[in-house]
Amino acid sequence: MSSKLKILVPLKRVIDFATKPRINKAGTGVETTGVKFSMNPFCDIALEESLRIREANKDIVEKIHAVSIGPTKAQDILRTALAKGADTSTLVDVGNEEVEPLIVAKLLQKVVEKEQSNLIILGKQAIDDDANQTGQILAGLLNWPQATNASKVEIDGTKVTVTREVDGGSDTLSAELPMIITADLRLNEPRYATLPNVMKAKKKPLEKLKSSDLGVELVSRLETLKVEEPPARAAGVKVGSVDELVSKLKEVKAI
Amino acid sequence: MFKKQILLSARLGSCQALNPFRANAVSRFYASGKAVALTADTYSDKVQRDSKYKKLDEKDLLFFRDILKDGNYMISNEQDLEFYNEDWMRKYKGQSQLVLKPKTTEQVSEIMKYCNAQKLAVVPQGGNTGLVGGSIPVFDEIILSLSNMNKIRSFDSVSGILKCDAGVILENADNFLAENGYIFPLDLGAKGSCHVGGVCATNAGGLRLLRYGSLHGTVLGLEAVLPDGTIYSSIDALRKDNTGYDFKQLLIGSEGTLGVITGVSILCPSRPTSTNVAFLAVSSYETVQKVFVGARKELSEILSAFEFMDGKSQLLTGRYLKADHPIESGDYPFYVLIETSGSNRDHDMEKLETFLANAMEEGLVDDGIIAQDEAQSQSLWSWRESIPEASAHDGGVYKYDVSIPLKDLYGLVEAAETKLNEANLVDIDSNDKPVVGAIGYGHLGDGNLHLNVCVREYNKNIEKTLEPFVYEWIQEKQGSISAEHGLGFQKKNYIGYSKSDVEIKLIKDIKNHYDPNGILNPYKYV
Repeated sequence: MSSKLKILVPLKRVIDFATKPRINKAGTGVETTGVKFSMNPFCDIALEESLRIREANKDIVEKIHAVSIGPTKAQDILRTALAKGADTSTLVDVGNEEVEPLIVAKLLQKVVEKEQSNLIILGKQAIDDDANQTGQILAGLLNWPQATNASKVEIDGTKVTVTREVDGGSDTLSAELPMIITADLRLNEPRYATLPNVMKAKKKPLEKLKSSDLGVELVSRLETLKVEEPPARAAGVKVGSVDELVSKLKEVKAI
Repeated sequence: MFKKQILLSARLGSCQALNPFRANAVSRFYASGKAVALTADTYSDKVQRDSKYKKLDEKDLLFFRDILKDGNYMISNEQDLEFYNEDWMRKYKGQSQLVLKPKTTEQVSEIMKYCNAQKLAVVPQGGNTGLVGGSIPVFDEIILSLSNMNKIRSFDSVSGILKCDAGVILENADNFLAENGYIFPLDLGAKGSCHVGGVCATNAGGLRLLRYGSLHGTVLGLEAVLPDGTIYSSIDALRKDNTGYDFKQLLIGSEGTLGVITGVSILCPSRPTSTNVAFLAVSSYETVQKVFVGARKELSEILSAFEFMDGKSQLLTGRYLKADHPIESGDYPFYVLIETSGSNRDHDMEKLETFLANAMEEGLVDDGIIAQDEAQSQSLWSWRESIPEASAHDGGVYKYDVSIPLKDLYGLVEAAETKLNEANLVDIDSNDKPVVGAIGYGHLGDGNLHLNVCVREYNKNIEKTLEPFVYEWIQEKQGSISAEHGLGFQKKNYIGYSKSDVEIKLIKDIKNHYDPNGILNPYKYV
């Protein structure tokens, strides 16, 4: 394998993290009409890391390819990725179908083969279903080494060293390419898409595929029974003096 | 609906008993440096306490306690008073000995009736976010805080009419409306603290004026207590009503000199579902104007904000936020923030991108960014909304909020900077000079400039250099010395630069008619 990096960055379109999600009337999921969608923040971090690898290591990155699996609208986030610096992109249009991590990983496996990627950087999880599985399953399917929850990535030739945040300290892993890295929050701070690059991105390649083009059948193994809000917090009380405060706290066994 | 405020909060006094080292700490997050000088001392050459006002005594306190029925609604403890006696710029400080926090309009009425009879001076206070010292007592005026009147009264989801108490915090009102698919037609940087009643009393302008117009148009009715205790209410007014004088218009922008606003009825537009924000770098003020003309033409109905900022304002904001500017390709003399609000993201984005592409092609815009998600939008807005805090960060700020015909707008900043340089007062880095610099930013769409002179300390020399120079400059250009901040204490003596003698006389006649004893917000306005 050549030592040049062909980075694949999978991106998911999710409800904007700054919007408060609401449960739909049927109680089967989250209301999506009239809601703002954006790139999953962890995916944005993964993309940023791929761009930084290219900037920090002259000439070692051959290509950064962004891929999204989602509705037609997911091309918006691919355009964003192209504006930020990805070279090419693929949309696997699955309509409004909810796709589970296993299927996502299977689709990604096909894209990896097609693009001959040797480094995959993806978000550790998507903020909508919080599954935190896709990277790991994909590593299993490809039988590649994986470093999850990365907070630092260093590249030296074909050797990749990843620092991960774990309870009580950090954990450093290294492996030879090909490899899968999932990005944690503190890995970096994503950039803005600049206006000239947004314009240029319109001319960059965006390939559109169906899941059938990749030979993967969309099947769901899980059934959502019900989605409900967590119980509302009870109202507080106002106290007039410290003594009253203390006795109230004792009453609720807080002290 | 709203979070109950300060649950189980121990009173400040008791906390301090536990920690002697904090005994002198002022309970405000921006507290730093030396204590704020009393307005009465700083401006002793301009204003003296009027002996016609009675001094507060024990009997008055008993009376107020009787009205309010609860000791928690009265504040007379020295340290707790400080919060109400000082403004956030740390420029003005009153000596009020009493804060009253009524819960009902009837209580406000009884308080005013009593104060009028006793000739006790009163300062109505909302969120205390004003910029001209209007909500701060000058001497020992009683502070009437509306913060306990904080209920939404009703909302009609068909007409979009919101009725609420005056003390509802603007952001809470807007969040409430958001849940119903509507938006408050006014937005400003202080939204997390300022009150709905306060913004009406001061006729605040803010960031959405370009789109939704002034409060004179959106406020449908007000409930207010007049100086003699009379309760005036037009809160049930309809959108169209041509019967009689429109008295509420006098209260909007009266800055608490004609009555205490206790309730507001306001017409709210439906909330845009798609908002886009772009931040642009522009090479000259002339070009900023060209970008504005283009934006109005090409974005037309979806343009909701057009804010401009000069390079120095962004430099200081960057220092304050301790962050790198989002536009990384270099420092530019001017920046513009454009916001669009509409109902269809694809349509809006296409319009915005086409406009920006054209602007770049024509060389009007040197660089720029478009927010790709809500977090980026908020981050870009913070580079505009943090300017007021950033400008006061080194010690203080002299604020001039003016309307000037667009072509001359930025000339005022240059003129002020030149004047300060001539007086040898300015250095952006060195602490030896009292002035950090003069910065300009504002709502270009409304012809409204904020000239901020950022200082390390307030001093008479700076003030004399700037005033009346700034006001004369504005008068010469046929501008207004107060576009949206009001007159308050700061600009009381300067109304003559913007209003004719006839206009001033009419204002005084109205004031004397409704407040013959002059008990409401004295020493200010005119």
